[in-house]
Amino acid sequence: MSEALLTQLVGLGAGAVLLTAVLVLWLRELAVVIRVFAAQGVALAGLVAVLAVHEGSGELAVVAVGVLVLRAGLLPHLLRRALSAAEGERRVTRPLVNVAASLLAAAVLTLLALAVSQPLVALAPSPVTAAIPVGMAVVLIGFFVLVTRRRALSQLTGFLLMDNGITAVGFLTGAGVALIVELGVFLDVLLAVLVLGVLTGRMRDVFGRTDLDELRELHD
Amino acid sequence: MVILLIPLLLPVLTAVAYLAAGWRRSTAWLGAGSAAVVLAAVVVLAVQVLAAGPRTAVGGLLRADALTAFMLVVVAAVALVACAATPAHLRGEIAAGHASARTATRHTVLVQLFLAAMTLAVLAADLGVLWVAVEATTIITAFLVGQRRTRAAVEAAWKYVVICSTGIALALLGTLLLNYASLHAGSGAGLDLAALADGAAGLDPGVTRIAVALLILGFGTKAGLAPLHAWLPDAHSQAPAPVSALMSGVLLSVAFYAILRVKVIADAALGVGFARTMLVVIALASLLVATTLLIAQRDYKRMLAYSSIEHMGLLALGAAAGGPLATAAVLLHMLGHGLAKSTLFVGAGHVLQATGSSRIADVRALASRSPVLAGCVAAGVLALVGFPPFSLFASEFALARAGFANGLGWATAAAFVLVLVIAAVLVGHTSRMLLGASTAAPGAAPAPLPLPIGAATTMVLALVGCAVIGVGAAPLAPLLARAADIVTGTP
Repeated sequence: MSEALLTQLVGLGAGAVLLTAVLVLWLRELAVVIRVFAAQGVALAGLVAVLAVHEGSGELAVVAVGVLVLRAGLLPHLLRRALSAAEGERRVTRPLVNVAASLLAAAVLTLLALAVSQPLVALAPSPVTAAIPVGMAVVLIGFFVLVTRRRALSQLTGFLLMDNGITAVGFLTGAGVALIVELGVFLDVLLAVLVLGVLTGRMRDVFGRTDLDELRELHD
Repeated sequence: MVILLIPLLLPVLTAVAYLAAGWRRSTAWLGAGSAAVVLAAVVVLAVQVLAAGPRTAVGGLLRADALTAFMLVVVAAVALVACAATPAHLRGEIAAGHASARTATRHTVLVQLFLAAMTLAVLAADLGVLWVAVEATTIITAFLVGQRRTRAAVEAAWKYVVICSTGIALALLGTLLLNYASLHAGSGAGLDLAALADGAAGLDPGVTRIAVALLILGFGTKAGLAPLHAWLPDAHSQAPAPVSALMSGVLLSVAFYAILRVKVIADAALGVGFARTMLVVIALASLLVATTLLIAQRDYKRMLAYSSIEHMGLLALGAAAGGPLATAAVLLHMLGHGLAKSTLFVGAGHVLQATGSSRIADVRALASRSPVLAGCVAAGVLALVGFPPFSLFASEFALARAGFANGLGWATAAAFVLVLVIAAVLVGHTSRMLLGASTAAPGAAPAPLPLPIGAATTMVLALVGCAVIGVGAAPLAPLLARAADIVTGTP
């Protein structure tokens, strides 16, 4: 793969990942948010596939398929199932911060990610590592979603957004993390989402709905 | 090495046995028996490590040096306390209708898997495996925290999983970045902890700084350190007593162990200043949070939880001070705190079962209702605030000395002022529970409070253990010294 093509493809993949993250901030309908999240999974898998072709690595190609199945298939499916169980509940997010301010925050966070990532890019400048700031920006945006959303499911999307960003950074840094660790990470994320899914169900049983405003029992 | 696999595999086998046979009269003590065998095995392992150096197993994925061996002793000792207190606790829960035999089975299975995950975390030779194991503890304990399915329990479980998973996700990002730095250092160390520490001088400082900050913040979340400590009082107060004992007694220390391992690499790559500044700030913030929220505390389980934040803050202060004395004190403090805190949580569990309330105001005249329980709680709190002969006296004294000697005078002075305030508050709250006027009608004798003999023996033995280490830490000294050498990076 030529340098120019690689630069374009990595830019395209990373751009799609960042765009979907911003869309999650912008959209209010949870069903649509989940669809956007699935699209981000596809973009991420595409990014990994580009890297696999570039490095001619079979292992990375297998991982790309794994990313696709987990992040564009399984996790959105679990979210959708949790959402459909919440029938009757208002299916829109109720952010603490309005959309305009959220988008502004996303811009600030992206700039912050760009500044923080300077040493990361400087260590090994290449078309691939040039996209690291995008991964960091998605991590920060995910964190922002996590702390500003009140519905349990929206918090969950924030957590998964963060996780997608971390995965992106992991692959862009060319991390040859051992396969056993990667499997562990996959499994842990999947289990964490399953656990949180079960807990959302239980919350609905005892609170009636999954709005975190109801979580007022424990405080000092 | 078979001896390395025993502490890892025996809890898994015990979990399988509980899964197959269920929780019943004949299997009630299986967990405690397994924990006792594990404790014996790790003591043998510690002796072997001291005699013949680090041991490895499973193709180098598991590695036990002196630091790991000491942590295994801490895990196994507190696990024995928690598992020995489990039968009485579960019988009480079932009798009160809070749990069924099925809940009890699930409880024992999850607790054994939890122990296996913590053991894997300290045995891991690779930062990646360590991360996976620490995240696994969150997932396994989530349902233990939410076991009672009340509003408060479900809320605590949700906060616990979301905050800890987020924190640990930051640690994952840090791990990936450290791997990136290691990749370009060209030493081929990957994420192997020992190799990373040896070749740390070649790591790129810019990348390593970001990685270390994320790792300390991430594992600090799991260790209950400020600023991401909000899950701890909820989770520790809602979990069943033996689980609180394990979470407070060892899980926090295991997460802190991860910070110690990161600190070795950070000190070699960036100089001691970076990790030290971060840890001092975190330590003082944690102590401040614990003090302010303890003063007006009305719930005794939350009181114990905030005291755990205090002790984690002290560990962070000791780690910041660095040097052999402070590091040995940090490790000894982990063991002493584990034993004292697990005893107190077991005791608090019985008070809760007997009175049905976790409010301090609802518990009065405990001393006349159950002298043994009251005695154990009193001794436990005295141990916690650092009275001799308990080992926390020795470790806090050493922490203070090392803090002043290593240029952290102001921070140490501020920290110990907060520790004194907390001590006064803890003693005040506890004495109200133990002595206080009985709420029963005047003239009527207060209702005696039943305490199962198994639980009483467990608590007394744990406190005796804590005192014995305090009086004569000599057998532990070589292990502590060798472990401190690893943390301070002296070969």
